[in-house]
Amino acid sequence: MVSNVATDEELRVGVFVCDCGLNIAGAVDTAAVAEYAETLPDVTCVVRNKYTCADPGQNEIKDAVRQHNLNRVVVASCTPRQHEPTFRQCVYEAGLNPYLMEMANLREHCSWVHPDDRDGATAKAKDLVASAVARARFLQAQEEMSVPVSQRALVIGGGIAGIEAALEMAEAGHKVTLVEKTPSIGGVMAQLDKTYPTMDCSI
Amino acid sequence: MGLSSRKAIYIPFPQAVPCSYILNMEDCLGNNPIACGKCAEVCEKNAINYDDQDEFVIREVGAVIVAIGLDVYDPTEMDEYGYTRFENVITSMEFERLICAGGPTAGHFVRPSDQVRPTRIGFIQCVGSRNPSIGRPYCSNICCMNTIKDTLLLADHYPDVKNVVFYQDIRAFGKSFEDMFQRSKKVGTRYVRGLPGDIEEDPETQNLTITVENTTSGKLEHHELDMVVLSVGVVPPEDLKKISGLLTLSKTSDGFFMESHPKLKPIDAPTRGVYFAGFCEAPKDIKESVCQAGAAASKVGGLLNAGEIHIEAITSVIDQEACTMCGVCAPICPYSAIVWEKGQPAMVIEAACAGCGACAAACNFNAITMRHFTDDQLLAQVRAVLAEKPEEKVFVFACNWCSYAGGDMAGISRLKYPSTNRVIRTMCSARVSEEMVLEAFLCGAPVVLVSGCHYADCHYINANRQTVKHVQRLWNKLERAGVRPERLQLEWISAAEGQKFANVMRQMEELRQTVTAEEIEHAREALKPKPKKEKKPKTEKEEADKEETPEEEAETVTS
Repeated sequence: MVSNVATDEELRVGVFVCDCGLNIAGAVDTAAVAEYAETLPDVTCVVRNKYTCADPGQNEIKDAVRQHNLNRVVVASCTPRQHEPTFRQCVYEAGLNPYLMEMANLREHCSWVHPDDRDGATAKAKDLVASAVARARFLQAQEEMSVPVSQRALVIGGGIAGIEAALEMAEAGHKVTLVEKTPSIGGVMAQLDKTYPTMDCSI
Repeated sequence: MGLSSRKAIYIPFPQAVPCSYILNMEDCLGNNPIACGKCAEVCEKNAINYDDQDEFVIREVGAVIVAIGLDVYDPTEMDEYGYTRFENVITSMEFERLICAGGPTAGHFVRPSDQVRPTRIGFIQCVGSRNPSIGRPYCSNICCMNTIKDTLLLADHYPDVKNVVFYQDIRAFGKSFEDMFQRSKKVGTRYVRGLPGDIEEDPETQNLTITVENTTSGKLEHHELDMVVLSVGVVPPEDLKKISGLLTLSKTSDGFFMESHPKLKPIDAPTRGVYFAGFCEAPKDIKESVCQAGAAASKVGGLLNAGEIHIEAITSVIDQEACTMCGVCAPICPYSAIVWEKGQPAMVIEAACAGCGACAAACNFNAITMRHFTDDQLLAQVRAVLAEKPEEKVFVFACNWCSYAGGDMAGISRLKYPSTNRVIRTMCSARVSEEMVLEAFLCGAPVVLVSGCHYADCHYINANRQTVKHVQRLWNKLERAGVRPERLQLEWISAAEGQKFANVMRQMEELRQTVTAEEIEHAREALKPKPKKEKKPKTEKEEADKEETPEEEAETVTS
């Protein structure tokens, strides 16, 4: 279930600071953030990338993991709600457990909302990186549980969208249950006479 | 629609599926067999059962497509157009019935007041759309093209008809739409740029007079018409709230369902395995609904074909030795994923745990570890963020699904706010324990904000009720310690509310500026005595934590 890193393992954190073109670097002094990251505990390697999520950026992460034998990775780029899966996959390909990667959100939560406050945004970015590194030092490898998917789909609503979706799935061989609250399917479309752009009957 | 009458037994429309008769129980007298019961006598196949009841059908499914459609805007509230006051003012949905061969007039287009065919017909656009004053600021997408279609139908049926369309913008951007618009003009439809202020009715003729400022010419125009069609917009379906609750979905500001990502995941709901098709996600026409439905079906196919899904390893684990068997955690779990019997340590059913972490925050004995969002990880973040110049920072706990996403939305929308806030993400606001908040104050935070999903829209059913409990206890604690309770704030910010996120951050910064250095110092002193009894060696020092935690977790795992 949970596979722990050995307790006596020396922590080796790599920090990857993304410019995101000018999306981050336009408002945050990423060089200063990278320099600051070097001073944080257990950080053994800091890399600045133009676009961390692009192949060259991801390759830099993979190279650094191998070269510095990193066991924790911090990506200081955008929201984890967008690219956490990307970077989890990236560190996995580099041989690390995906849960040993942490992100600092320097874009949605920082550069994009503080474009006129370079000092403030840079100070905030440093804190966000410090926070991510602090968290990364306590990260544990995790194993995901897999669960079987029930082989049936439910469609709620029997209008044109629901009917179309149900038919497509049924044609692909899946069992489908379609739920409609009125006595007849067809929804609002069935209440129309002719429909655009074909000017033909709605039914 | 009240355009004609029908019996209590009917087939909804000739092509209905299933094509069988319905008994309308509101009008049927059969509930009282003494009163009527004629249909049961006549039906040879004994198909009529007055006692038939709704029943529950249970199906286990691996994916859900939400396609609950739309409701049509009811223009009665826009009194200036006189809908329901003037018989000859109808909605575009009623138009469909009047021109339909299967409709009440068998397709003969007549006006309701005198059953005479009208020749001068006005269409008013954007009724219930693009109108912030009635709380409908969005474009309904389909009404321009629907009106263009209607004008072409009328011109086709009755070459002498004179259509006038009152509009603010004609939005005809789809494939072959512009062509239809041009055809509509070619057959004589007049397009007047300007929305009428009101409609007046001549009591004798029941003709209607529209007064409108033609914004192209800048002149006031009066149009006498036989009939007016209100091109009504669409609104989120009535059932949306109910379905939201069942599937833990959120809404965007226009009231329709919120997708995972406006560009990259327009079909996925934030809840895994749930997809959207059609209008309920955003106003769209038939073609787009069909496109989205196909995409949703294909997504479901991928999921079902894969046969299994990986569950993010964010679940709680109970240390069987540290558990005091108090049972506090079990009733808190919104998913009933914690099994506890008196005299037994509590256990987590991992497959049922959704990962909110409310149990971990509520456990008084640190016996519950929330994987990937452990106390040590979160406390380390608190300390790291507030290590230097804490007095200049607003400390924010934000839940992944709503508040943190609201912060993302503020970013995507480029809404500026002060740079003093420092956000830490937890999956649910209920994960934020009292200890974490107190730690922030002990580290010198002037203001701490706990933020989560709106109270009724919690991604974890109702876990954020625990958030309220935690915060209320903390407010009492702060008050007793002589610390201004308002230095701890609680806000509900949804994923769509970037604007609110930015506003709240501004308010927090204003609040921060009122907190004096003395107050910060006082809180650090006054809150110092550990809130809980001394029996836990953990969390005394960060150093100790760092070494102990992995071992503790290892124990948890093997036990």
